[in-house]
Amino acid sequence: MLQNAFTGGRRYWMLLGFLALLILSGVVAYGQQLTEGLHITGMNRDVTWGLYISQFTFLVGVAASAVMVVLPYYLHNYKAFGKMVILGEFLAVSAVVMCMLFVFVDMGQPTRVMNVVLHPTPNSVMFWDFMVLFGYLLLNLIIGTVTFDAERKGASPQPWVKPLIYLSIPWAISIHTVTAFLYSGLEARPFWMTAIMGPRFLASAFASGPSLLILLALVVRRFTKFDPGKEPIQKLATIVVYAMTINVFFVGVELFTSLYSDMPGHIHHFQYLFTGLHGYAALTPWMWTGEVLTVFALVLLYIPKIRRQEKYLAVLCVAVIAAIWIEKGLAMVITGFIPSPLGKITEYSPTLPEIGITVGIYALGFFILSLLYRIVVSVRERMQVL
Amino acid sequence: MDESRRSFLKETGWAALGLGCGFPLLNTACSSSSAQGETPSQTGAQRQWAMVVDIQKCMDEEVRNACIAACHRAHNVPHIPDPEDDVKWIWSEEYQDVFPDQAHEHTALAIRHAPILILCNHCTNPPCVRVCPTQATWKRDEDGIVMMDMHRCIGCRYCIAACPYGSRSFNWRDPRDFIERDADGEYYSDFPTRTKGVVEKCNFCAERLREGLQPACVEAVNQVDGGAGALVFGDLGEPGSEVSRILADRFTICRRVELGTGPNVYYIV
Amino acid sequence: MSDKPKIVAGLALFVALVAFPVWYGLGGEGEVAAPELEYPADADACVEATAYMTANHMDLLNRWRNAVVREGQREYQASSGERYVMSLTGTCLDCHTSRDEFCTKCHDYADVSPKCWDCHIAPEGN
Repeated sequence: MLQNAFTGGRRYWMLLGFLALLILSGVVAYGQQLTEGLHITGMNRDVTWGLYISQFTFLVGVAASAVMVVLPYYLHNYKAFGKMVILGEFLAVSAVVMCMLFVFVDMGQPTRVMNVVLHPTPNSVMFWDFMVLFGYLLLNLIIGTVTFDAERKGASPQPWVKPLIYLSIPWAISIHTVTAFLYSGLEARPFWMTAIMGPRFLASAFASGPSLLILLALVVRRFTKFDPGKEPIQKLATIVVYAMTINVFFVGVELFTSLYSDMPGHIHHFQYLFTGLHGYAALTPWMWTGEVLTVFALVLLYIPKIRRQEKYLAVLCVAVIAAIWIEKGLAMVITGFIPSPLGKITEYSPTLPEIGITVGIYALGFFILSLLYRIVVSVRERMQVL
Repeated sequence: MDESRRSFLKETGWAALGLGCGFPLLNTACSSSSAQGETPSQTGAQRQWAMVVDIQKCMDEEVRNACIAACHRAHNVPHIPDPEDDVKWIWSEEYQDVFPDQAHEHTALAIRHAPILILCNHCTNPPCVRVCPTQATWKRDEDGIVMMDMHRCIGCRYCIAACPYGSRSFNWRDPRDFIERDADGEYYSDFPTRTKGVVEKCNFCAERLREGLQPACVEAVNQVDGGAGALVFGDLGEPGSEVSRILADRFTICRRVELGTGPNVYYIV
Repeated sequence: MSDKPKIVAGLALFVALVAFPVWYGLGGEGEVAAPELEYPADADACVEATAYMTANHMDLLNRWRNAVVREGQREYQASSGERYVMSLTGTCLDCHTSRDEFCTKCHDYADVSPKCWDCHIAPEGN
């Protein structure tokens, strides 16, 4: 089955080549980081987590969102998702690999990463995050390959994979909840220490993940002979609408609690984000852009006539992903550190090497995704299951 | 590819995985690092080291500078010119930032901007220990010091995110070029420098306490004119110790009490 | 079977690459001499016997570190019965005063590069 990854037209190889270049530049930048230390990034004594950890946070959501196709199809027999499920599972594999890589490049002593396994620490949420992420990767790899292999042979998958599929459903929820728990249990960071962190993460994940899946399905339809189908794409769009609405509601209740209570410890972070604080306002243009994108995307997504036209849907999916990326992949992590525990404001902006490593990891993720999707498409094209 | 070739590859893969995992596991299980000698266990008394900072006495810049210099020299703490990358174990900040829950709109200016020495609080209920995924930082049973194991730290910086006091510093770069040297170009102390990629903080001079000495900062301030007693260090578990007596007699405050961390650095206002 | 020459060539190349450590050194200058270490002048015995230390010093240092840092212990009772303070800098490097003449010689011979001196201050010897 793997050799299908090497069957492809010119465009496929050009894509892989382009991604390989980006990966290479990321590797070079990482080499520099290994030699000189993490000071080549924009992180500092006050903002100790930056682009790497925020991308990890965003991508855990994308990985978890596979449950939005797995659950309807396997638990509720929603047949329309039949052709889509494998795309969701392989997207989850790619996303989890990127998550783990982002954590790895963020570490100051990456050669010691096995210490987390050699010295298990159940009271540390980060220990559990390592474990559940690795487990989720294994689950999706096994489920994906076994079910797709069965499809390729025209058989039904082995029975032992069914319990694994059922397990992957709560497991998907758990990976993102555990990641939220990384933040929401820290009394040192009032911006993060809110019970709604978990629900917010899940809501934004189920908006951004399916949006990405819709875009990928449209790309697959455009460039290959495999068409995932109009109905599953529309169903995913419905999921995006509900999830995005709930996400906006969650943001709203957060804003209310902080702003109505008027507690400095709580409102300072939102002030920093939306109006600037003591003259520091690096994130305000991003935040307002994010809000505009959110409103634009949601309002238009509510209109069925627009939602049903896939060319408009694609644009709105991009808007949703961008808005949630700004919220999770930029604002959330950094703002936890601003102001610092001593009330100081040190801003953060990523450096070029840091961006290079980030882009390299995204490229590696898309590389893996391309290989996996290529396998799926090749097999299905051959089987005429179009 | 045909099925037999596929099964061959699969089986080879499993075999390789098995060997890859098996040898190290076998090694760990069977290796007898024969203990030729013994490391006798010390039955230490239950103690909790604590520090009392006299804010008034520490208003003197000479006192503060002496203690910071002594600490940073005793532990080869680097001084990095860019404050964004700096590493510090003990330093001073303004009262309004150290005790934000105490300062109010009409706090007297002299107090609001008073320089307060701050360091790791070696909390009774430390959030940094709670979050560390490798137990590279932990609270020692025998003396209550929140310790760092520089060999185990993976540099994830979760402890820094968890510390409500900003006491911890990460080595963003190799510190060796930034460590103060004496007149002969030597390090001031034998204490191992750290390397890039690990987190560090005040260790209550555990290596000095082991020899029966006072922490470097305490010793330093006691040698400054008017600095005697600016920092008092002792065992809270010992009811007759000086720190216990001060805490029983004087009005003292702690940083961010409401968080429940139980800091063991106390301040006489 | 028209692939046979390619397969044989590939196999031969593979065997040559894998056996590289075996044939590369053949016909060379002969054996490399064991490193000659400079032992400290003022002490006649190490904490443990030389053979044990050669094989196990890394493990001993790890156990010392855990005992000192994690368990707050101070002294080590050697198999000779003597007690030593568990300290790399204070005990070991007190006698082994030159990294280059002692530590590095064996490490170079064994082609290992432990990262001790990234943090621990290397004794430059006299």
